[in-house]
Amino acid sequence: MSTSGAPQTSGGKDILLRVRGLKRYFDVSQPLLNRLLEGKPRQILRAVSGINFDIQRGHTFALVGESGCGKSTVANLVVGLYRPTAGTIEFDGQDLAKLQRRSELAAIRRKMAMIFQDPYASLNPRWRVFNIISEPIRAFGLLDDKQAIIDRTAQLLTQVGLSPQDGQKYPHEFSGGQRQRISIARALASDPQFIVCDEPTSALDVSVQAQILNLMSELQQRLGLSYLFISHDLAVVRHMADRIGVMYLGRLCESAPADTLFENPRHPYTRLLLDTIPDIEMTGRKRVPVAGEIPNPIDPPTGCAFHPRCPRVTDVCRRERPHLRPVADGIMVACHAVDAPDHLSGSQAAG
Amino acid sequence: MSEPLLNVAHLRIEFNTRRGTLVAVDDISFDVMPGEVFGVVGESGAGKSLTGQAIIGLLEPPGRIAAGEIRLDGRRIDNLPYGQMRRLRGRQIGMIFQDPLTSLNPLYTVGRQLVETIQTHTSMNHEEARRRAVALLEDVGIPAADKRIDHYPHQFSGGMRQRVVIALALCANPRLVIADEPTTALDVSIQAQIILLLKQLCEQYDTAVILITHDMGVIAEISDRVAVMYAGRIVEIGGVREVVKNARHPYARGLMGAIPSLHRRVEKLNQIDGSMPRLTEIPSGCAFHPRCPQAFERCRRERPDLVRVGESQVACWLYGRTS
Repeated sequence: MSTSGAPQTSGGKDILLRVRGLKRYFDVSQPLLNRLLEGKPRQILRAVSGINFDIQRGHTFALVGESGCGKSTVANLVVGLYRPTAGTIEFDGQDLAKLQRRSELAAIRRKMAMIFQDPYASLNPRWRVFNIISEPIRAFGLLDDKQAIIDRTAQLLTQVGLSPQDGQKYPHEFSGGQRQRISIARALASDPQFIVCDEPTSALDVSVQAQILNLMSELQQRLGLSYLFISHDLAVVRHMADRIGVMYLGRLCESAPADTLFENPRHPYTRLLLDTIPDIEMTGRKRVPVAGEIPNPIDPPTGCAFHPRCPRVTDVCRRERPHLRPVADGIMVACHAVDAPDHLSGSQAAG
Repeated sequence: MSEPLLNVAHLRIEFNTRRGTLVAVDDISFDVMPGEVFGVVGESGAGKSLTGQAIIGLLEPPGRIAAGEIRLDGRRIDNLPYGQMRRLRGRQIGMIFQDPLTSLNPLYTVGRQLVETIQTHTSMNHEEARRRAVALLEDVGIPAADKRIDHYPHQFSGGMRQRVVIALALCANPRLVIADEPTTALDVSIQAQIILLLKQLCEQYDTAVILITHDMGVIAEISDRVAVMYAGRIVEIGGVREVVKNARHPYARGLMGAIPSLHRRVEKLNQIDGSMPRLTEIPSGCAFHPRCPQAFERCRRERPDLVRVGESQVACWLYGRTS
């Protein structure tokens, strides 16, 4: 069970990012006139509907889930590309929503960076790599001296396994893996403590993916970085994460230390994911594919969103939505069918 | 064993460009047995999709087959005239593409597309063809097939659309289906459904499959044998268990080690430094030698051929003949 070496996130630890009750809704209704004429109601897409998690300093928290589950929306909310509909995001003890002054915001933003999925789209093709990487340094006014910027950029390039001369080239001169290295160098330019990685390797080939994942682990150890790692690939997540949150239709259905999650998945959706994903282990056991497909997030099922696909579904699942509650030390599950030991079930009512 | 269903011998695919001739697939040979699932795996640019396109005769110019032969049931098919190739395509060889949205016509109902395909290849009348289309949709697991048949592709989800594409490929009961990244555009939980379906249908219809993918997990799940491609060449062919568990070629071994596993966690993933060479700058000798930890002098000079090592065939100077 949870006897593995993975850290347990509970009170009193050094929490870098604390997310509480985070929601983001998108209005996807037809225009007003169409609604009036056709008598259609407003349509709200609940991309993220109330999630909580903490990220400990120096650790990696991963969000996994299939497309449309809201994991990328969480990434964008955390770095401030979207404003939350409700909920709080605290970074290093400061509530991001309460920061009004530009200078305060900039000071926090400097400490956060983001790596995007597609290195072909995230780098400006008209800029030389040197300018791409040094932009955060200039934007935050970290260094004034031109030579100092050149030196810093050279150091960043070396750090990600490229050569300082590569700064004079344009992005199209690099392969996918090298471009992702450039993205990482740019993310590191402002000396951040925290990096949000949104599917950083899903556009890359496996051998290149291994290079980038190794580089990211190495940088984490050397620079003491914390990561929020978004991915749909459970094997990659297992390799990178200390703690994992599994998302389904805008909510967390399970959150646990990485090793525990893989050795003893508790939520039926986590189990099914682990059972069905093709793997090279070749255990030879028969796979039972998850029946059905992901429901439309505009019109989610009542009760537990997973109930139409769940093998352990009962009447209560169709009626009531289960809350995420602790079932063992450091393990949170949102499922009616998973029993909580008595001494932990006290917080259940609060939900 | 029986005769191979498909035999590819010394296939070479070239592209004529202003900067000279690029060799995208360089002298590859393999057999596919009847009813077998043959995996072709490699990273992007390895030439695996081109190989599939060449077999079904859909190589787009300026790409062309510059040398080699492709035989189906002993009959040469790489030099057939357009009309004959067209009759063979669909009837003998089916194709499943990566993106189900682009392989279905958005303006026609799936029923119309299925009926048209069935009638092209058989002498059925419209009623019979429609009944067969409903039966096919049921076979690929589409609920309420008799109603869904009159829906348009956009009314289906990604996984369901890929099922329709599989039904289309199996319409005329072909001997061979070429599936090019059939699950790459799908979500993980849907992937497993589609792979299992493909495997099960091919057993049911006794169809051989060439499964082209970059995802080793998918290959490990359903293939019987697998060919590993690198820079337009096959570096290793063998039984899937042999290749996954006991790869012999340094590239194949590196590739297997680079894949993170669900079942165990390693401190550091095995990484192959560098990246696959561009077509314009394929190294001399063995194309993998600049990245190979075990390369020696001969690897730089001479290109290794596939030689039998145990149950597998490997193209590497570490094995086989000593010159």
